[in-house]
Amino acid sequence: MGKEKLSFKEVHHSHSPKTTLWWFFLVATCIKVLLFPSYRSTDFEVHRNWLALTHSLPLSQWYFDETSPWTLDYPPFFAYFERFLSIFAHLIDPQIVHLQNGLNYSSNKVVYFQRVTVILSDLSLLYGVYRLTRNLDSRKQQLIWSLVIWSPMLFIVDHVHFQYNGFLIGILLISLSYLEEGRDLLGGFVFAVLLCFKHLFAVAAPIYFVYLLRHYCWGGMVRGFRRLLIMGGVVTAVFASAFGPFFHLGQIQQVIQRLFPFGRGLCHAYWAPNFWVFYIMSDKGLAFIFRKLGFNVQTPTGSFTAGLVGDSSPFSVLPQIKPSVTFIMVLLALSPCLFKAWKNPQPQMISRWIAYAYTCGFLFGWHVHEKASLHFVIPLAIVAAQTLEDARHYFLLSIVSCYSIFPLLFEAREYPIKVLLLLLHSILMWSGFSAQFYDGAEATRVPTANSKKKADQFGSEGNSGATVKKGFAIGWIERIYLIGLVVVEIWGQILHPLLFGDKFAFAPLMLISIYCAFGIMYSWIWQLISIVKCR
Amino acid sequence: MEKENKVKDTASDDGYCWWWLVQKGTTAVFITVGLFALLVRVAVSLHPYSGAGNPPKFGDYEAQRHWMEITINLPIKEWYRNSSNNDLRYWGLDYPPLTAYQSFIHGLFLKFFHPDSVAPFASRGHESYLGKLLMRWTVLSSDALIFFPAALYFIIVYYNQSSRTRKSELAWHTAVLLLSPCLILIDHGHFQYNCISLGFTIGAVAAILSGNDLVASVLYCLALNHKQMSAYFAPSFFSHLLGKCLRRKYPILEVSKLGLLVLGTFAAVWWPYLYSTQSILEVLSRLAPFERGIFEDYVANFWCASSILIKWKRLFTTESLKLLSLTATVITCLPSMVQQIKSPSKRGFLYALLNSSFSFYLFSFQVHEKSILLPLLPATLLAVEEPFIFRWFTQFAMLSMFPLICRDNLVVPYLALLALFVLIMNAPGQHRVRESNYLGSATMFLILCCYFVLHIVYLTMHPPEKYPFLFEAIIMNLCFSQFVLVTLGCNIKQWLLNRPAKLEETEKKQI
Repeated sequence: MGKEKLSFKEVHHSHSPKTTLWWFFLVATCIKVLLFPSYRSTDFEVHRNWLALTHSLPLSQWYFDETSPWTLDYPPFFAYFERFLSIFAHLIDPQIVHLQNGLNYSSNKVVYFQRVTVILSDLSLLYGVYRLTRNLDSRKQQLIWSLVIWSPMLFIVDHVHFQYNGFLIGILLISLSYLEEGRDLLGGFVFAVLLCFKHLFAVAAPIYFVYLLRHYCWGGMVRGFRRLLIMGGVVTAVFASAFGPFFHLGQIQQVIQRLFPFGRGLCHAYWAPNFWVFYIMSDKGLAFIFRKLGFNVQTPTGSFTAGLVGDSSPFSVLPQIKPSVTFIMVLLALSPCLFKAWKNPQPQMISRWIAYAYTCGFLFGWHVHEKASLHFVIPLAIVAAQTLEDARHYFLLSIVSCYSIFPLLFEAREYPIKVLLLLLHSILMWSGFSAQFYDGAEATRVPTANSKKKADQFGSEGNSGATVKKGFAIGWIERIYLIGLVVVEIWGQILHPLLFGDKFAFAPLMLISIYCAFGIMYSWIWQLISIVKCR
Repeated sequence: MEKENKVKDTASDDGYCWWWLVQKGTTAVFITVGLFALLVRVAVSLHPYSGAGNPPKFGDYEAQRHWMEITINLPIKEWYRNSSNNDLRYWGLDYPPLTAYQSFIHGLFLKFFHPDSVAPFASRGHESYLGKLLMRWTVLSSDALIFFPAALYFIIVYYNQSSRTRKSELAWHTAVLLLSPCLILIDHGHFQYNCISLGFTIGAVAAILSGNDLVASVLYCLALNHKQMSAYFAPSFFSHLLGKCLRRKYPILEVSKLGLLVLGTFAAVWWPYLYSTQSILEVLSRLAPFERGIFEDYVANFWCASSILIKWKRLFTTESLKLLSLTATVITCLPSMVQQIKSPSKRGFLYALLNSSFSFYLFSFQVHEKSILLPLLPATLLAVEEPFIFRWFTQFAMLSMFPLICRDNLVVPYLALLALFVLIMNAPGQHRVRESNYLGSATMFLILCCYFVLHIVYLTMHPPEKYPFLFEAIIMNLCFSQFVLVTLGCNIKQWLLNRPAKLEETEKKQI
């Protein structure tokens, strides 16, 4: 036995970045698998139905079928994606893709199959974040990977609630990585593909257009025009391959009607924490005041949270808001950024500009879902480790956005999961940013004698030498705000039920929306200032 | 030379993915890993539990719920007594009084929030959404309040001792301690409260490592009074403490102190039953279920593995088997005990815990497959010193429970936790200094192939009609063989700790 003993010393140095990234992804995958039996929203049945109709019906029926109320309302590329998945679904269990028998089918087979497809489609996110970080040093890499791949929002929305945001945002990140590398044609191409998967990403199209026009097409009449034709041709080809068949069938009108259901109200059933929350509350407040003052204020004929309202106005005092108004407001909010992109298009700024565009869409857009905050929270993670201010901003934004989607998981069983995910994320961010920027301060410190170093360590502000960064720390206003989140949660979970029972059940949700809206507004203002300031 | 080493150290510091946590110190590491471990536990508790939807007797979940029903509705003297109010044939209490008190406390919690869960008689087989949720939360809170603090205590003590050990290992060790796949599956999947007795045991170990023998004695008694299975560790605690006492100035005084403390702790726990001999015997008879066979279900120990060839139950009476198993257990346990009495040491104590619990698991009477949690605990405590043994043992411990896991419909969390375990063992940048490979590479590879094939076969195939338990038998024999190797290896290691200091120094220089 002794002779067979093989004793050797083995010390591993750093693994390659790819190995470490896969490790991050696989750890996340283990958690996702454990979450298989958790709560599923109606989106689960939406996607099952889309599997069924793309599998069972000819293409000409896809945007007309109403066997289930969950009609297809995503662009054709997503329908093709579902069609692709349905091939495997049929092999596993034919009932999954049966148009009639499959309605509300909920066996373990369909649950596991659909959960697995979300996990596998997250490989797109993995690839996107890899491309965006592969040139960074390993510390920043790992910090960003933990922010994106271990994002609590993606866990909650994609792997509990059920959606494919990781997949779609992964495509966005791939596009951004090409733009940052200066490969504009590919970046534009990938973005066009993304739009054909989910049209709601179109909010950033103006930025893409201006940036690509100035960065890719500009530079001489002949070359510019030729490049414009090339880019236009590529984008047209993408849209043609997506919408061409439906154009040919004379169904474009129907498809567009499905993609843009403006019959829905200004806000989603649960208000996204955006600008319109303030608008609605202002209207309520003014109506209340005016009634007290004796004015005759009409009761609104419609509710601002109803799904299909038609022409009813939910407002008593303030003007009714139409889709065109929100569109104009989004463009107005975008204009400083468009101006910057026009004046000085820089590859390294594109991620921030795109994230800003999605923030504008979130704040001022029509019928915004609270989950849409993922569109800017994830891209901003990519730049979160660049400067101390970026880190502080991201810390607050990430926590607020994650908290704002807590109401999505309303059952008691999932409560510890969402709380633990957010707590873990907060601690990882705090530790990561602290370590990152403490080192940063060290690196920039001017070499001094030992005595001066000691003085620095004691926090001497009277030091006449080089300025010493104090490392990662959030201001007292931000701290109070974050503590307020805890207060809001305690109120909603404990105090409100104690004091009011079942009455005013909507109040805690309103409170969450309003309170988080302040945080998102802060983020928007911060982003706007940093974009305008930068050169 | 020094400069080169420093450069390497600096370079490797970037490697491990917890670099920013470790910088913050032990508390931040523990909180982060602890939250992650809680998240994993909550996620596992979403899956089915033992006996879910399976009347008339259901499973361990129903047993635990029933004990809460009994303890909060009956006077304490009747908890272990068979009566019309307490039919012991329906999940009668068969754990020591501390478990009964735990059930009482949790029963109060359930009664407050959901009285239907524990209503007398009417709650039999109760399986409501809220009831199940509250039950799961009692396991989570027990884990967080007892096991986690004990693990933290151990980590603090252990890493104060050896100043050489690197901080990255502290984070890794915390992770393997809190993310033990077997414990999570049994407590938060199957449904039990092993985290309480194991938590007390870890606390006792930490107390011994920090020199608090008296505290250790009390904590170990609490573990023993929560689950009698904790007796698997008794020989190692006894021999280590005895060995230390014998080295002191007044050994008899020291032994007396410990003895009195043990008696006092037992008296406190058993107080409600000390009023008569009959009541004591009443409880004791419930703790020793000798009417059952020498093993139950399929367990990777000697009696089960060898029963393919030797039909013990046919050849011997139960009485004879009791004596036989006791003898085998004592014999296999003795080498470890003798070593600790002769030369007690902290490292030796950890090895003794492993060897002692393995002796009981492999040879004692009425062992359950879940009992593998007991030797697995000291193996986890030794994970930094014996990473290969720890990894190998954990993998086969998981395999030995696979049939149980399949019956509980917990295959998905089993696979996820096994994968997570492998990922932790292979965390980027994790150091592996002096990892000995006891088996040849080819042998290892072959065994691992069997490992994977057995999982797949068990999940996808039906055994031949003539041998309905063929797969179980193969699994248990494979696991048993690996457990024997681990036990032999650790006994040898423990005795090698005896070598004179000079030889050790010589070997160090060579290395």
